[in-house]
Amino acid sequence: MNVRSQVSMVFHLDKCIGCHTCSVACKNIWTDRKGTEYMWWNNVETKPGTGYPTQWEDQDKFNGGWQVQDGKLQLRSMSKAKSVTNLFHHPNMPTLDDYYHPWTYDYQHLFNAPEGTDQPTARPISMVTGEPCEINAGPNWDDDLGGSPVYAESDPNLAGLTIEQRQQLSAVERLVFFYFPRICNHCLNPACVAACPSGALYKRGEDGIVLVDQTRCRAWRACIAACPYKKVYFNWHTGKSEKCILCFPRLETGQAPACFHSCVGRIRYLGVLLYDADRIEAVASSPAEDLVEAHRSIVLDPSDPAVIAAARASGVHDSVIDAAQRSPVYKFVKIWKIALPPHIEFRTLPMLFYVPPMAPVMANRTGAVVDGVSTDLFSDIDDSRVPLQFLANLFGAGHGGPVKYALRKQKAVRWYRRAVTVGDVDMATAERMLREADCSPEEAEAIYRLTSLCTFDDRFVIPPMQREQALEMLEGPEPHKQGAGFGFIAGPKRGV
Amino acid sequence: MTNVAPLFDMFLFGALPYVALALFVIASVVRYRMMPYTYSSLSSQFLENRQHFWALVPLHYGILTVLAGHLIAFLFPREVLAWNGRPVRLYILEVTALAFGVMTVIGLVAAMVRRHSVPAIARVTTGRDWIVLSLLLLQAASGVMVAVLYPWGASWYAAIAVPYLRSLFTLTPDVTILAAMPWLIKLHIVNAFVLLALAPFSRLVHVLVAPVPYLWRKTQVARWYRRPKVAQ
Ligand code: SF4
Repeated sequence: MNVRSQVSMVFHLDKCIGCHTCSVACKNIWTDRKGTEYMWWNNVETKPGTGYPTQWEDQDKFNGGWQVQDGKLQLRSMSKAKSVTNLFHHPNMPTLDDYYHPWTYDYQHLFNAPEGTDQPTARPISMVTGEPCEINAGPNWDDDLGGSPVYAESDPNLAGLTIEQRQQLSAVERLVFFYFPRICNHCLNPACVAACPSGALYKRGEDGIVLVDQTRCRAWRACIAACPYKKVYFNWHTGKSEKCILCFPRLETGQAPACFHSCVGRIRYLGVLLYDADRIEAVASSPAEDLVEAHRSIVLDPSDPAVIAAARASGVHDSVIDAAQRSPVYKFVKIWKIALPPHIEFRTLPMLFYVPPMAPVMANRTGAVVDGVSTDLFSDIDDSRVPLQFLANLFGAGHGGPVKYALRKQKAVRWYRRAVTVGDVDMATAERMLREADCSPEEAEAIYRLTSLCTFDDRFVIPPMQREQALEMLEGPEPHKQGAGFGFIAGPKRGV
Repeated sequence: MTNVAPLFDMFLFGALPYVALALFVIASVVRYRMMPYTYSSLSSQFLENRQHFWALVPLHYGILTVLAGHLIAFLFPREVLAWNGRPVRLYILEVTALAFGVMTVIGLVAAMVRRHSVPAIARVTTGRDWIVLSLLLLQAASGVMVAVLYPWGASWYAAIAVPYLRSLFTLTPDVTILAAMPWLIKLHIVNAFVLLALAPFSRLVHVLVAPVPYLWRKTQVARWYRRPKVAQ
């Protein structure tokens, strides 16, 4: 067992209100520079929708992620050998058109325009060419189903839905959508890292954050094509790849990343997961129907004495093990099993998990009377307004089992809490639902608390990883005496 | 007056090569150490994809193939001459070289048109890029013209140019070999040294960091701040 720690995340989709505060917080800190205008390391999509960049989930188009070929796990975009012949022109490289052309406005014209008969207007100006431009796309162009005949109906996750289900999705009065905020998943089996010919991308050993070494990056752009989530971006001005850094300078000083900290819906949770690095390849090669379960199985129980011993042997510090034991992410993912990885079929083993959203309860109509409560307690999950198959395509590699499990449990928790606080549901029914949803009253209470009453400290359990305390991460500084000194990743070596 | 020409030849073919080589080596190393961030070519595929393919692919394959030909003949002149002993083989070599030369020219012209006519690409094009592209075009075009005007270069390059190049490496530059050469060939040689000298000051440095180790490195990369002893 090769135990490593990973700073992992949970986004609770039921709580996201689609306010984009997270995106703006991130943009103001990291991507307000020239060449990064179009980048949204954090973006919020409306589902169903085509997202940003347009159709990113469609790997027949972008060839991102991994695939199992002849029993071997391989990058889908190209093999190592092929990457030699494709070095000069990457066949799967998205272009700015797939995202959108960033623009600003000629505000000065409002003040400087000569006197005339018309009101002066501020024309849009391209932030790439500096010339006036037409705006025809943006990072959340189909927000709240805007232009849905074009966008929502082209959502790749609609694959496998019947015509009737598709029509229902967009039928007036039944129209339904939810938000899907996205950042880099800091995967265990990152396709971007594997694809980089220069070895510029890497995973930090201590916390698993995936970073681009800006000096090693030589603009071969293989990472951008390889990441199936399209979360590595090309800076057209510097010729370097850039991506979400999980605000590591903030994490290192004990603060939550900016998008987590600013999240209005408080949908975001962050904590450590311990995992077995020796099993990455085997897990990522599992058959599609087992992927969710296999991915979950790579996460280790931080309270198991055997795991603790192995973690210590692998050099994981006690403070990190302690943080792992208190991790909210561990609860959502492993104990309650209600947080699921997005598009696990891309096989990168993402470490950002989503609690799937409950669709609005569907009312039955008897004549002109609407009665809200169905007799079959879980029936509305099967014929929910968001077809289960749609969520299964997003969070279950096309298989509904894990999604259904998560939704049933969430519904049972709601009914249980309703029985406790409102009392218009009878407790016996609520408890029966809990049983059927594989949930005890204690667990229901815990889920309710961490979902609804969570404080800052409940949501973010950040292990001490401060640089000034980094020495603490070692069992003793002695081995490094007279070695590197403080603050250097590589030992300070003199030049020639 | 009669003395001026040999003196000028001496400078172009006896001194310039050394200046160029020294500049190339020193500036490449210094830039790698002092400005590692800049050590690459600024890819523009992200801003324009289609023309990029039709320009960059022929350009790179053309240059690499022609350059490899020059290098092979430089390393194994006798073998190349022996190969050319049969006319059919010589024809094949000549036609192939010419085809790749023409391909380079086409690629370069396409790249220049693209840099000029696509507004976004023009935005990320610097003066240095134009100099590099112009010199490369001059080099490729003069090479193609040499191939057309003075055929059987596959043989005379090995017989005449290679001894000169080798004399450079033995530090006994023999410029007399080149004295009788037509000016077009001289231009091709001089421009090659100019390109060599300017390479480390331009985007051409990306050749030096071609990602060869990728072929055998491990799939995933992890970096540790400082890995505890136990885990190693
Ligand atoms: S800030 Fe939070 S609630 Fe608002 S869009 Fe982002 S994730 Fe959703």
